[in-house]
Amino acid sequence: MRVWLITFLYLMGFSPSLFADEWRGTGDLGVVVERADGSLQIIETTGNSLLGRIEGLGDLSHASAVFSRDERFAYLFGRDGGLTKVDILQRKVVARIIQSGNSIGGAISQDGKLVAVSNYEPGGVRVFDAETLEPVADIPATYGDGKQSKVVGLVDAPGNRFIFSLWDAGEIWVVEMNDPAKPLIRKFKNIGVQPYDALITPDGRYYIAGLYGEDGLALLDLWNLDQGPRRILGDYGKGEQKLPVYKMPHLEGWAIAGKRLFIPAVGQHQVLVVDTDNWQEIGRLDVHGQPVFVMARPDGRQVWVNFAFPNNDTLQIIDTQSLKLVKTLQPGKGVLHMEFEPRGEEVWVSVRDIDRLQVYDTDTFVRRAEWPVLKPSGIFLTSRAHRIGL
Amino acid sequence: MKLPALIITSLFLLSQTALASGIPEPRRMELLNLLKHDCGSCHGLSLKGGLGPALTPERLRGKPIDFLTATILYGRTGTPMPPWRPFLTDREAFWLAERIKEGVR
Repeated sequence: MRVWLITFLYLMGFSPSLFADEWRGTGDLGVVVERADGSLQIIETTGNSLLGRIEGLGDLSHASAVFSRDERFAYLFGRDGGLTKVDILQRKVVARIIQSGNSIGGAISQDGKLVAVSNYEPGGVRVFDAETLEPVADIPATYGDGKQSKVVGLVDAPGNRFIFSLWDAGEIWVVEMNDPAKPLIRKFKNIGVQPYDALITPDGRYYIAGLYGEDGLALLDLWNLDQGPRRILGDYGKGEQKLPVYKMPHLEGWAIAGKRLFIPAVGQHQVLVVDTDNWQEIGRLDVHGQPVFVMARPDGRQVWVNFAFPNNDTLQIIDTQSLKLVKTLQPGKGVLHMEFEPRGEEVWVSVRDIDRLQVYDTDTFVRRAEWPVLKPSGIFLTSRAHRIGL
Repeated sequence: MKLPALIITSLFLLSQTALASGIPEPRRMELLNLLKHDCGSCHGLSLKGGLGPALTPERLRGKPIDFLTATILYGRTGTPMPPWRPFLTDREAFWLAERIKEGVR
């Protein structure tokens, strides 16, 4: 009876394996966080559509994702310390743990075997086996007389390293994971007050931490680690009245266009332009509000900027050659995140307060698609799997 | 703060208690949305903390509502907490402080 039933279902096309895979690649897929519901939407960028939803992922009010090198699995880092491994093709959770009380982000190692999570509570980094999510290493961010710092700006770097910054301690730690059970930690102290986030350049050479508590940024040259971190843009904003910041800016990945680095100013409604040859400021652009994300299109020709409350209904686009604003878009209230398709012809935008996910043509700025998605925030495409630091 | 100023502020804030119910329902929804998503961007969507401290009733037990109201309106110097006065009336800030004190789901 049972054999017949299985054969019947198989003939009807209900084979579990075929149903799951559909002989499909994952290179044009991605995930979108629904921050209020603790769910994920799986999207595809060839036809710009939603494929399905995965629920029950905990508190995703501040969540991010990295991908396995085969681009099949997403590792999702939730606010509540949840680390979830999601099968994007089968659209299901394959492993899930609560690894801390309060976490902020994560990274996957160069070899794809380790997933690291940066935590606020208890402050530190925990490392897990990417296959099973079994714990591999625990790195408490201990400083001073035994206090533990919140950890921000965790990225992967060449040499199978993880790098992160300590918000409370003002330190940058470089951790080499070649023997996962024995992380080799190198600490750089007094890098500046309150590093709030960091980026690593696309070539994996420079780690740059933004400072909230003072002017400038801390730059660490990973090719010349012995030189230690140095301060860049230290004079920026000196003596100027700072405006209140209603949302912490992010520094993420590809804010580098050619030899120019574009970063959000803190407490000024400006984007800073820095020459990466000598790390000197070469310009400032006045923009619509406090920038949150400043992201370069993959070809580096444009930089897109979104803003903190109360200016978060707007996107502005900077031409990186002329250093001029070329377009201002108003997608709606609560523009939280944007993600370029791998070759940059389209960009996906989350608009939280109107519950919409939008897709724009980056040449014509015409809206190509719009989908109802509940309180969307982070958008992560699988192409991140092959980028250093993302 | 000098004592007379404190008394006047307290009386003023007390008078706000009675008026708090005067906030129209649609505006209350807006305020709760602001609390959840915009305050939540630092304090966590469920106010259990992020880069900013947790704002749970347990943690705020010793903090008077006036103190919370003032923090919302004027921010905290030396911390990233910004002043929300450009976007909130005194009454609205007081109402939000009450909601935070009693715990918001």
